[in-house]
Amino acid sequence: MNITELTVHELKEKLDKKELTSEEITKAYIDRINEKEPQIGAFVTTLEQEAIEKAKKIDKERQAGTANSEYAGIPVGLKDNMCTKGIKTTCSSKMLENFVSPYDGTVVNKLVNENSMIALGKLNMDEFAMGSSTETSYFKNTKNPWDIRCVPGGSSGGSVAAVAADMVPWALGSDTGGSIRQPASLCGVVGLKPTYGLVSRYGLIAFASSLDQIGPITKDVEDAAILLSLIAGKDEKDTTTIDIPKKDYTKNLKKDIKGLKIGVPKEFFGEGINEEVKASLQKTIEVYKNLGAEIEETSLDVSEYSLATYYIIACAEASSNLGRFDGIRYGYRTPNYSNLKDIYKNTRSEGFGAEVKRRIILGTYVLSSGYYDAYYKKAQKVRTLVQNEFAKQFEKYDVLLTPTSPVTAFKFGEKSENPLEMYLSDICTVSVNIAGLPRNISTMWSR
Amino acid sequence: MAREDYEIVIGLEVHAELSTKTKIFCSCPTEFGGEPNTHCCPVCMAMPGALPVLNEKVVEYAVRAGLATNCEISRDSKNDRKNYFYPDLPKSYQISQFDKPLCEKGYVEIDIEGEKKKIRLTRIHIEEDAGKLNHDDYGRGSLVDLNRAGVPLIEIVSEPDIRSIEETDKYLKKLKSILEYIEVSDCKMQEGSLRADVNVSIRKKGSTEYGTRTEMKNMNSFKSISRALEYEINRQIDVIEEGGKIEQETLRWDEVSGRTFSMRDKEDAQDYRYFPDPDLVAIRLSEEYIENIKNNLPELPESRKQRYLEEYKLTEKEANILSSSKHLSDFFEASTKICGNPKAVSNWLMSDIAKVLNEKELEPDEIPLTPEHLAELITLIEKGTISSKIAKDVLNKMFETPEAPSTIIEKNGWVQISDEGAIKEVVERIIETNPQSVADFKGGKDKALGFLVGQAMKETKGKANPQMLNEMFRNALK
Repeated sequence: MNITELTVHELKEKLDKKELTSEEITKAYIDRINEKEPQIGAFVTTLEQEAIEKAKKIDKERQAGTANSEYAGIPVGLKDNMCTKGIKTTCSSKMLENFVSPYDGTVVNKLVNENSMIALGKLNMDEFAMGSSTETSYFKNTKNPWDIRCVPGGSSGGSVAAVAADMVPWALGSDTGGSIRQPASLCGVVGLKPTYGLVSRYGLIAFASSLDQIGPITKDVEDAAILLSLIAGKDEKDTTTIDIPKKDYTKNLKKDIKGLKIGVPKEFFGEGINEEVKASLQKTIEVYKNLGAEIEETSLDVSEYSLATYYIIACAEASSNLGRFDGIRYGYRTPNYSNLKDIYKNTRSEGFGAEVKRRIILGTYVLSSGYYDAYYKKAQKVRTLVQNEFAKQFEKYDVLLTPTSPVTAFKFGEKSENPLEMYLSDICTVSVNIAGLPRNISTMWSR
Repeated sequence: MAREDYEIVIGLEVHAELSTKTKIFCSCPTEFGGEPNTHCCPVCMAMPGALPVLNEKVVEYAVRAGLATNCEISRDSKNDRKNYFYPDLPKSYQISQFDKPLCEKGYVEIDIEGEKKKIRLTRIHIEEDAGKLNHDDYGRGSLVDLNRAGVPLIEIVSEPDIRSIEETDKYLKKLKSILEYIEVSDCKMQEGSLRADVNVSIRKKGSTEYGTRTEMKNMNSFKSISRALEYEINRQIDVIEEGGKIEQETLRWDEVSGRTFSMRDKEDAQDYRYFPDPDLVAIRLSEEYIENIKNNLPELPESRKQRYLEEYKLTEKEANILSSSKHLSDFFEASTKICGNPKAVSNWLMSDIAKVLNEKELEPDEIPLTPEHLAELITLIEKGTISSKIAKDVLNKMFETPEAPSTIIEKNGWVQISDEGAIKEVVERIIETNPQSVADFKGGKDKALGFLVGQAMKETKGKANPQMLNEMFRNALK
């Protein structure tokens, strides 16, 4: 048995049957990390010593029957934009290279404290989650485990690569415009962006507050449902979370889908969508048909405005959210200053990478007086249109089926010189964030 | 043109710190003072990942302020971000309200030469206060204290309806009084919990267009607002008289030199890039919610004043002064309730107690005695236990110790002598030793009686009952 190839529900079973201990599982993952990390570069911080110590402690608790959760002792990987008390949280930015949060975010607290999971480390990402290839990380490139000449996608590239390379059994990512789904697609794992408001954002370092959502990255759909059940829920510290009864998302997994109405928007099969992706999607459609689902072509004609709308709203919010990185209280401060203006200017010029600066400038521009109405306000109106359009579709269909990424995994440097082309990577995913919907991606990939 | 040919136009933006227990977006205490950075948490320090949660009390207090100033209350409101960089602003944006304030279109009434004048309010909105910078005395830099960051504020914006320094003063005092009455702010100006940005311009009388205005920021005493306005109005008139033009700019009033200085001009006007805060949900208020606050609104100064005039038969002046301050008014009512003598309580408050407050520069909430003790003092005079002359000495002691008047009187042996025998003895002795005055009185000089009574008072160290003395002298000298 190769421990690191197991899913979490399999690991849990083995823990329950006492066929494995948390220490054995944790050590297996640490060995795997030591073996693969030099090649993949998924981690910003690894937590070897702490992880083994905690695993030993949990094993004793399991022995004594005092463990606080059935998932106690299961390892997990965390994207490095989730605040962890006493452990660096960098957002893969020079700005937060040595930043240690004084508190655990809500979701981190749920997993690591309330469910006694073992954090194996903090995972690489595009700087402040801005990017679609993890190439904007200040620290390193993360490689696609299936072909190390290729990017893993982004921004949750580290989380996804770590799951794909068996360095963690599952991980948390965050999705603002596709940052869970697009890399999950590029690395062939399961990624889920929950409905906006289902999962607390408290302790998630904000990129775009009205779009950000934490979600699971796993090896199979059952694990995704388990992890979502663990992290979802109303949080008093995040007023944008929705107050709905706690659900077990694994409950309906095994039900058949006979009669399920699936809409396939034709706009997602047009220009810019790679043939390989189209073929793969066609195969998926056949699978669903054979399972008894009713497939119908539909039209989602607002989708073409979604990308522009997304970049205006996301950048506007980011330009404000990232203002707090000013060199005054925490994080990087320039050594070169003689007055206040210099502290601000030099700290932010030196501490942020090019993509982050590009989006701050873009966001500042669209919020400026004289441009606000033409850009930000208009984008908000389009957002409402997109939401209405999706609502209309869901009167007809149970689910919509679209590709996640217009292309399969691309090579390093292929798009990083051309921001616009990089932004197009998000064309299939952003409309869902704009509308606040949930979306799942399951495994289809090209080699 | 002469000074009288100009009309003065003033508008105010008043910031009042709300007296909620906790901050506007987290549960840190709002208490003034404390070691730097001890009333803080990840939210008000703007740690990465922290999110604001709106304190419901803040909305309630602001709605109360809106209702007390005749505003329309918005059913639909929201929080916006005002973006700018400054070290006392940890998020680099202030959460405020831009285009949908909680309250709009209100007014406050002031009395000007016996006439009522309405000063219209544009709006009242909620926002968070910034932290404080402590500048190092040796020029080595500044230290940031975030205890005040996130303390809730309401900003009350008036229309440019104010036409004189006197009106400014009256408007501010009325506003302060209302906020105190409805218990939403302690309005301690010296602690900065009530401060005003003052906008002023001048124009030729009869002109319908406004002149260019200047703004004086963060004024926190009535006295300095009046002084600063006096200076600034004169400066503006001088500039115009000399053929110059007023620049639209933000000014800082310097108390020591008695001058205003330019802080920044229109050229540096900041673009705050307001937009709705995506971390907070919209504020929706139901009719019941607003109705409920309305029904529980405490009595306002105007209504108390009417009550004092009708029920207690106080003079207009007394009713005005007493009702102007909630603390004074509460004190007056509490004391009156016990001793049943509103006139006497009013007299003491308006004369001797007011004098002491003035001398010691105390606010009405700092009256160094209790309403119970004042009531007791008044009752002791009525019962004849002490004379009103001694009562003044007792009051002075009451300012210094927390002891009850009866205790003070006893300790000092100040009980009034009303024993007939004892007083008779004194009267006889004084008649014996002052034959000249006795003769004068008998000769028709009524004034001489006063002298004799005075002598008797001196002899008894003021303790003799003055009415009895008077009577007995008259009887003895008949």
